Amino acid sequence: MSLESGLILSGILFMIGLTGVMIRRNIIFMLLSVEIMLNAAGIAFIFAGSSRADPNGQIMFLFILAVAAAEVAIGLALVILIYQKFKTLDIDGISFMKG
Amino acid sequence: MKTSPLISEALSPEKIMEKIDILFYITSAVAVISTIMVITRYHAVHALLYLVVSFLSIALIFYFAGAPFIAALEVIIYAGAIMVLFIFVVMMLNLGPRTMEQERGWTTPAIWIGPSILSAVLLVAFMTVLMNNPAEDTGLNLVGVQEVGISLFTEYLLAVELTGLLLMAAIIGAYHLGSREKKIYHRYLEKTDQ
Repeated sequence: MSLESGLILSGILFMIGLTGVMIRRNIIFMLLSVEIMLNAAGIAFIFAGSSRADPNGQIMFLFILAVAAAEVAIGLALVILIYQKFKTLDIDGISFMKG
Repeated sequence: MKTSPLISEALSPEKIMEKIDILFYITSAVAVISTIMVITRYHAVHALLYLVVSFLSIALIFYFAGAPFIAALEVIIYAGAIMVLFIFVVMMLNLGPRTMEQERGWTTPAIWIGPSILSAVLLVAFMTVLMNNPAEDTGLNLVGVQEVGISLFTEYLLAVELTGLLLMAAIIGAYHLGSREKKIYHRYLEKTDQ
């Protein structure tokens, strides 16, 4: 178990999350995939920190955690709003917003 | 190299490292499989079940990597708080008289058997590492809670404050977005309505 194996795992999980964002059109699944990607970035930080006995990696993970929590709170509030307004969770269904 | 008294005499440090490597690969396989299942499910609740398994396996990997504090936080915050938020929203979007039958349909054995098997694999890996080797000798260095805490509240104090501000902004934003628009009636019309 080395730094490389951890980074490879992190890369695989990040690619799965990115694939999820691209192939899914349900907005809840897109949020889940973003969570997966944040977590994969966290794995890279933890392994880099542990390989040189440095607490900075774990501290960066704490900040990633806080950002993920804030993102989920706002994102889910937006999901509820979108569902109330458009009665759909399909991201293509609201593409007329031209965002 | 320090060894715990639980380790039997037959296991040399190299053997232990091989064992940890095998456990790491098993846990990584569980993480990858469950994450792939997350993005391929059609129903949000099924995906959330697999996502919890994915977070648990990543927590176990953090424990192997010498970050027990982060492993605990991963379970508490990701698998606990954030998943509960997602489940709340999924439930809120499905209000109606059909909810009971829907929930019965969501939790058939065919749905929870997959996540259960994956979590059982994780439990076996965790028990093995607890019985044999308490997160030392893994090829990576153990960074404990104390070092993280000291560094967090000295060097990174400003960043911690900013994180608090970010969370505050998130709470206010979520509250603002979630509050319904107030219907305004004219005060004379209000009387005639009743």
